[in-house]
Amino acid sequence: MSKVTPSLLVRDDRTKRRNAAERRFRFYGLGAIGIAALALVVLLTTVVSSGVGAFRQTYVTLEIALPEDKLDKTGTRDPDLMARVTTFGYAPLLRAALIRQLAELGITTDLSDKHIGEMISKEAVATVRNHVLANPELVGTTLTIDVLTEGRVDGYFKGRVTMESAALDGNTSPEALEIAQRLADLGVIKTRFNWRFLTAPDASDQRPEAAGLGVAILGSLYMMLVVLVLALPLGVAASIYLEEFAPKNRLSDFIEVNISNLAAVPSIVFGILGLAIFINFGGLRQSSPLVGGLVLTLMTLPTIIISTRAALKSVPPSIRDAALGVGASKVQSVFHHVLPLAAPGILTGTIIGLAQALGETAPLLLIGMVAFVREYPAPYSETAGLFGEAATALPVQVFNWTQRADPGFAERASGAIITLLVFLAIMNIAAVLLRRRFERRW
Amino acid sequence: MKDIQVIESTQTTTRQKISAKNVKVSYGETIAIKDVSVEIAPNTVTAFIGPSGCGKSTFLRCLNRMNDTIDICSVTGDIRLDGENIYDRNVDPVQLRAKVGMVFQKPNPFPKSIFDNVAYGPKIHGLARNKSEMADIVENALRKAALWNEVKDRLENAGTGLSGGQQQRLCIARAIATSPEVLLMDEPCSALDPIATAQIEELIDDLRQNYCVVIVTHSMQQAARVSQKTAFFHLGSLVEYGDTDQIFTAPVDPRTESYITGRIG
Repeated sequence: MSKVTPSLLVRDDRTKRRNAAERRFRFYGLGAIGIAALALVVLLTTVVSSGVGAFRQTYVTLEIALPEDKLDKTGTRDPDLMARVTTFGYAPLLRAALIRQLAELGITTDLSDKHIGEMISKEAVATVRNHVLANPELVGTTLTIDVLTEGRVDGYFKGRVTMESAALDGNTSPEALEIAQRLADLGVIKTRFNWRFLTAPDASDQRPEAAGLGVAILGSLYMMLVVLVLALPLGVAASIYLEEFAPKNRLSDFIEVNISNLAAVPSIVFGILGLAIFINFGGLRQSSPLVGGLVLTLMTLPTIIISTRAALKSVPPSIRDAALGVGASKVQSVFHHVLPLAAPGILTGTIIGLAQALGETAPLLLIGMVAFVREYPAPYSETAGLFGEAATALPVQVFNWTQRADPGFAERASGAIITLLVFLAIMNIAAVLLRRRFERRW
Repeated sequence: MKDIQVIESTQTTTRQKISAKNVKVSYGETIAIKDVSVEIAPNTVTAFIGPSGCGKSTFLRCLNRMNDTIDICSVTGDIRLDGENIYDRNVDPVQLRAKVGMVFQKPNPFPKSIFDNVAYGPKIHGLARNKSEMADIVENALRKAALWNEVKDRLENAGTGLSGGQQQRLCIARAIATSPEVLLMDEPCSALDPIATAQIEELIDDLRQNYCVVIVTHSMQQAARVSQKTAFFHLGSLVEYGDTDQIFTAPVDPRTESYITGRIG
């Protein structure tokens, strides 16, 4: 220590070291945020770049002759009789239409008729058949209709399939892609926004171009309804009781610890529980949104209870005193004053809990929601009851599609992830907005 | 024991509004108040003074059973309001608190409109049959709390938007809207500036006409200004209780004298 009083204009060693430590810490903080942001950007770009294609779809405009002698031998135009002609009866008509159009447009090719026919999606046949059965009067005329192209042709227009990769691919050929390119130049093949991706049900392994999220979105929606209706009142009632009324003793401590434990239980365990209790013991239907919703309710309850209790705790005790002081009963003070003040917190917790449930996959696999479902589930039916018809869910659909061989499904899976992320973002934004809207200051 | 109580209750003079005998309060193992006995007269302002932690607020909260909300708090002894034991098993604290209103240390209006703040008590006790009756009750309470002229044009504004002193008067209005018989005030001016304090003190003096007011205060000057009776608490026991003039001019107990002259506390 020097005897001279140090000048304020010169920083001493201690101060320098302290400032350096502060600068270092800020640098670490910025680094941490940078890494987190980078991870997010990488994740989003990967998902979006590989999934955005699912929202566009390539269609070919066919002029299909519908001969009466093939489609309606009886000439009655009775849909029930016409239904005897299966998709195999329609396939040659579509192929012939495309071959004729190629000839009319002056496009020559070495490709066999069979391979030309394979440029049209296998789904197209069913589309045309359903259209004809719905409009029997079309038989005998020429139908102009946009139908799906095969997945590789679709992939070519989205850049997923190239001439080089087509040369190595047994399912398509560079010649087919050249024809597709010529047709696109002439406006016969078009790529446009794909509403079907959000509305259509799942499709089989050979036709990724037809697969959609309709059933999965409905299933997820039903499950969210079940979770909301069950978990919100249960969770809020439980937390109000625990926070405001329960005596503080060993038992309530024990319950509190176990609610926290429940929040940490791996989700697949809830799936096993759901399978054992709700399906095997309770006799509820497999793959049903009801069982999925019940399982997710169990999973979401601790989240809602914990956030509700935190929201109730954050209401200042002076408000409770004020209410009790004017002679309100305990229940009145809670429901008239504490609960409205805690509502934004409860709401946020609930929405975050729901978002968590929306993205949950593992427990749903165990209760059979991974099944291939093509029928739109009705909210209620005589045989299956409320939310009892088989459905899938968004995250399970992602899981399902990533396991399929055709690269078209990889694109669909990424598209489904985008859809899921959009739903989650909407829910989280709603949580933030509701919080801002209802937050009260005191 | 029961028999004795019955005899006592018949003998209790109705002249005293509140009479407390041998009140003992403990929080778990800690004893907060030991053997306090006080008689509180109607239409007077009674002040409880004493250093921090002496138990005066605890005792005040016994008078309308606000201590019930604390799990580990236990109260023994006998507190009677108009001769009725308020700790009797048949007494519902909710009914008691409608009769014994309370104003707290920190202004704590509900985050609702000024009108709703005052109307809440009458509403839950069913004191108004219709809207105009309710409006009368609210106006009356606000007038008594000397707040009406300041807020009559903005009754729909949030009570939390008022200034500190106005908020505290709003809380007083809220407390008197249920027409209680006793008004308990727990350091009502400790969060307020001198001007707001003066307003509240004036108000307390006016309230004496209709209510029995019990006030806990840290400020001896305030006790001297507003009260007729003063009780001095120290370390959980009631040291001295008497007319305010007597306590401040001729205290009997040496501890009281030390406190009011500023040597302890």
